[in-house]
Amino acid sequence: MSGRAWKFGDGISTDNIAPGRYFHLRSNLPELSKHCLEDAREDFTSNVAEGDFVVAGKNFGLGSSREHAPIIIKMKGIRAIIAKSFARIFFRNCINIGLPAVMLDTDEIQDGDRLEIDLSGGKVIDHSTAKNLKFPPLPIEMTSILREGGLIPFVKKYGDLRF
Amino acid sequence: MGKTLAEKIVGTHTERPVVAGESVIAKVDYAFTHDASGPLVVSQLKELGSDKVFDPKRVIVFIDHAVPSPRRENSNDQALLKIWAESRGVNFHGAGTGICHQVLAERYASPNTLIVGTDSHSVMAGALASFATGMGATDVAVSMSLGKTWLRVPETLRFILNGTLPSGVYAKDVILYIIGILGGDGATYKAMEFSGSVVDKMEMHERLTLSNMVVEAGAKVGLIASDSNTRRYLETRGREETFLEIHPDSDAHYENTFEITATDLSPMVSFPHSVDNVKSMEEIGEVKINEVFVGSCTNARLEDLQIVASILDGKQIDSNVRLIVTPASGETYATAVKDGTISTLLDAGALVTPSGCGACFGALGGIPADNEAIFTTTNRNFIGRTGNPSASTYLGSPATAAATALRGMIADPREVI
Repeated sequence: MSGRAWKFGDGISTDNIAPGRYFHLRSNLPELSKHCLEDAREDFTSNVAEGDFVVAGKNFGLGSSREHAPIIIKMKGIRAIIAKSFARIFFRNCINIGLPAVMLDTDEIQDGDRLEIDLSGGKVIDHSTAKNLKFPPLPIEMTSILREGGLIPFVKKYGDLRF
Repeated sequence: MGKTLAEKIVGTHTERPVVAGESVIAKVDYAFTHDASGPLVVSQLKELGSDKVFDPKRVIVFIDHAVPSPRRENSNDQALLKIWAESRGVNFHGAGTGICHQVLAERYASPNTLIVGTDSHSVMAGALASFATGMGATDVAVSMSLGKTWLRVPETLRFILNGTLPSGVYAKDVILYIIGILGGDGATYKAMEFSGSVVDKMEMHERLTLSNMVVEAGAKVGLIASDSNTRRYLETRGREETFLEIHPDSDAHYENTFEITATDLSPMVSFPHSVDNVKSMEEIGEVKINEVFVGSCTNARLEDLQIVASILDGKQIDSNVRLIVTPASGETYATAVKDGTISTLLDAGALVTPSGCGACFGALGGIPADNEAIFTTTNRNFIGRTGNPSASTYLGSPATAAATALRGMIADPREVI
């Protein structure tokens, strides 16, 4: 199953992803998700499809700790976020809600490329360029959380934080 | 080998001592949330099937973002949080008490504690030698339920601030200078630790500003050893019993050490649209400003308002500028009323709002018009941060904000203090 790459630049902040002017929609996530990334790329929310990928540069998700940011990206159907690097809190938030976030040199990927991700194999397959792009494995804690679909299902299953 | 502050504090919250780089399960002393993320925390706790929190005395809910509530949706979120907090018996601070980080410093944070909050500026309590860090709603919900969290013990970047701060240069200028050097991701996953003669002399209100902004370089915590100034701050808060002396070992391992001579620094301004786009006052040309905002957890403490008032005393702000002042806490506000600071600000033409996050995050409290330029004492200037994606945001110290309000363009505070 492949999806389209939606490319973004460096330093996309959580204010880009879930702008503060929609603060009143934080408890109405379906409505908030209609504004996902709209200040960074106008065509994103109306055209993104289930199984697509967000592909970005450095320090994706910097700024606020608002978990609403990765949640609305996930609600738009994004399969994984691929970036050169992530801001710390955003990265944890992605894993905690079961949204894969992987790091590799995204200069290799063009906007609109058809991508597929092999999480356990540690690679992104770019069907448009016929390239395999490898990414380093996540820490054990994060792979364990992702395997259960997020931190809440993990804690529900094991009753504790034990990896 | 000796230990950094981060290793020492985390190591007292785990079953055994820790070193940088390892992942640990650590005991949490306080877990807090606010009206921006609290409803999500509550829904995650429900999802967890957890009926109660690990210790109600160690869980805190603040209403600080949308205050006073501008919309029905915000009011409903706040009502939900109040009911939840009361039913669980946890600490609840309603609208007007102040910004969570400021109230946390005033009433909760103390040396050698471990604090998690659903806000990136939770790092501010690092000024009190607290390993305080921001996390998302799910992480904090789990901490509230289990009383612990998992984290990677961070490597530490050490900043030794030598010399003396020149007149007109403050902690805000120092931290902007450092972020300019590091870049917006230069400290990602790491601890930043501040020491040196400048930090030794800094009172708590300045140290809090240093620690507050480490997250703008990506850092996990911004730590300062506890000393006689920390003790005095806690004494004035009636919390002297929480004082504990904690400092890094002299043979601790640092990933990198930066020595900065403060004597050479100028006032700094962060230009749109990233915090690390920092220029010194000498590099700044004419930048017209429509609104000046003195507020946020970064720089709206009593001493910050007093600096602004001392510069504006007996003067009028530029007729083309709106000056909005939002005190960091209700206590700050009340004291600033009693000591005359607020009346000086009002006489100079300021608009003073109730305490809260105010115009910092773009939902209320001073949203700029299209294409306007806003100078703020806050911590972020990303596109859309102030609620209008076509506006430009500049960051600097309260003194620079006051000088700017007088001239209607970014101005050097050294010419007016």
